[in-house]
Amino acid sequence: MEDKAYLWTVIVLLGLGTWLIRFSFLGLIGDKPLPTYFKQMLNYTAVAVLPGLAAPVVLQAPGIGIEPARIISALVILGIGIWTQNMLKSIAAGLVIYFSLHYLMM
Amino acid sequence: MATSGLFYRGFRDGVFSGLPFSLVLVPFGMLFGVVATEAGLNIYEVMAFSVLVIAGAAQLSAVSLMSENAPVLIVLAISLAVNLRMGLYSAALVPTFGKLPLWKRSLACYWLFDQPFALTSLDLKKNPNRSVDERLGFFFGVGIPLSIFWYSATFIGAYLGEFFPTNIGLDFAIAATFLSLIAPLLRSPAHLAAAFVSVLGTLLLQSLPFNTGLLIAALAAMLVGSEIERRLPKKGGV
Repeated sequence: MEDKAYLWTVIVLLGLGTWLIRFSFLGLIGDKPLPTYFKQMLNYTAVAVLPGLAAPVVLQAPGIGIEPARIISALVILGIGIWTQNMLKSIAAGLVIYFSLHYLMM
Repeated sequence: MATSGLFYRGFRDGVFSGLPFSLVLVPFGMLFGVVATEAGLNIYEVMAFSVLVIAGAAQLSAVSLMSENAPVLIVLAISLAVNLRMGLYSAALVPTFGKLPLWKRSLACYWLFDQPFALTSLDLKKNPNRSVDERLGFFFGVGIPLSIFWYSATFIGAYLGEFFPTNIGLDFAIAATFLSLIAPLLRSPAHLAAAFVSVLGTLLLQSLPFNTGLLIAALAAMLVGSEIERRLPKKGGV
């Protein structure tokens, strides 16, 4: 990339901006008490963000659309995860199934 | 136990919880190294990205927009929008880390990406009795080794360049690690409903610009979760 000023402006400001987002609430609120209702909502943050990050990737393979390998593997990960509560087992099984099906079907 | 001993114990637990995620972070970091190098960045620039930003999806988005010569403001707006979910993470950790001195909170925020956040939230439920120092140790134990993997993988990817295949289903592998985190989070009907709203909302709002669909869906999911929790009769003993 030729334009160094452009590139470094983006790198530095993106770094700073990302840190500021991460710092926002934790940095500014600190130990001021949160309203109970707000606190209760925040208990659901992880379960409200992660499924939303995963769903489009599971249901829409780039350039393919619906890919059965993704859906089967996702169900296996959730199933084994709920059943055993063991992340390592569920992810290992899911990835083995995904990559086997993915390369078999291609 | 002394504070440093507790920190160390938490750190060790965090390392063990986080390490499996390196299996996916490493190819992802390599992918970033390859893509950024192909876009014309030299090794210092590629590494500066991974060290200063430490957020893969935003880094990839910035590099791809810069290859199209998008204006700085557009590159920043779109790539920062990818990271806005971390603002929710920041809020969610207030009850856990809010009491720490400002410098510790500022430092911890550098590592506030998906895996340290998700594993720390999960550990809050599994080991509710950790002190704040032990919990901070856990958080760093997940984040620091993973960040070192991230930098190293970026470096290797930048060196290997075109020899690394970029279309290998890596996007799914990353989503798969998120799925494995979701299962243990589905502890109650309220959590199940929140997850459902998150999926449905994100899919329905996908056409919204700047990745805002994910955020709106997440806020809706948090509202639904806490609302159901408030209305359902509490389980005995809890």
